[in-house]
Amino acid sequence: MLTLQYVQYADLENMNSSQKIKHLLSIVEEGKIVLMQGRLTPEEETGLIKETMIRIKKAFKGIQLCTIYPAESSGHLFGKMRKELAKILVGNQEGLTIIGPDSIVKEIRRDPSKIQLLTIDAPNKPSKKRRSRK
Amino acid sequence: MIRIIRDFIKRMIHQLFQTKKKIKLGFYGPPNAGKTTLANRISKDWLGEEVGSVSKIPHETRSVSVKEAVVIKHKGKEMGFTLVDTPGIATKIDYEEFMKFKMKETEAKKRAKEATEGVIEAIKWLDDVDCVCVVLDSAENPYSQVNITIIGNLAARDIPVLIVANKIDLKRSNIKKVEAAFPQYEVVGISAMKGKNMEEFYESLFRLIKK
Repeated sequence: MLTLQYVQYADLENMNSSQKIKHLLSIVEEGKIVLMQGRLTPEEETGLIKETMIRIKKAFKGIQLCTIYPAESSGHLFGKMRKELAKILVGNQEGLTIIGPDSIVKEIRRDPSKIQLLTIDAPNKPSKKRRSRK
Repeated sequence: MIRIIRDFIKRMIHQLFQTKKKIKLGFYGPPNAGKTTLANRISKDWLGEEVGSVSKIPHETRSVSVKEAVVIKHKGKEMGFTLVDTPGIATKIDYEEFMKFKMKETEAKKRAKEATEGVIEAIKWLDDVDCVCVVLDSAENPYSQVNITIIGNLAARDIPVLIVANKIDLKRSNIKKVEAAFPQYEVVGISAMKGKNMEEFYESLFRLIKK
């Protein structure tokens, strides 16, 4: 059975980077796919990779990670300022981060307009589940 | 007037020392993109010796290799570099993948363990490089999260980046796709293995350092 766990921005808001990474990885290590509201900072992403490397063992061979983020708009200055102000006030909640255990998620394939999450076929059920977001 | 002359002298001194100092040039990218092949090519071109061994098996480079005092000459200018060849950054390492290359289980597990340590070491070195060549396999999809994470980290640290679309000798190579994926960066297409387009690479590298 494939389990997706949605993690709201509010759940991580008061955590520091290390706590966030450990929290997300603990969910992934349970065999669940995390759908996180918002995105990690670039430093947190490398922190997540480092922590993943430390945790790799026979039963946990790593993660598949993908961040979907709306393209920076080239809109007018006022619009950009409003966006930046919103980020300061309520945090950067834009985008979606997908983290799945490598034992379940074969690949997260991304091209500019869509994301495909390819899971590993179950031994008795040769079906391939695909989620796509446009 | 005095200020203009002072600024001019300051700029000249800065340029003079900038060309003489050794620049730590990092080679980053996913496994098997050709980082070591490129570092070897540069080192052999200007120093006559290689940086590390290359292999078709992923994670051949499992620790950071440093080659100092590599002086590159291009169009009458010369610059001293310290080449920092890093292990490929990955989000997963499965020892069973190595066994597909006829490696024994014990050896594969050892390689996997070393590879995980190599990824951590490569990430730590991000704080210690002056500029970076992100080496990508131009025959593969450039929109991978590892590529985005590496480039995002370099941008956050304000480290100049040159994207090297390697393996242009392959039929499936698509430089345009790499350029489309990272429009804000200069992309240079090369074949490090065959030494193709190396002049353009050095041109782009010198341009990057000047920035």
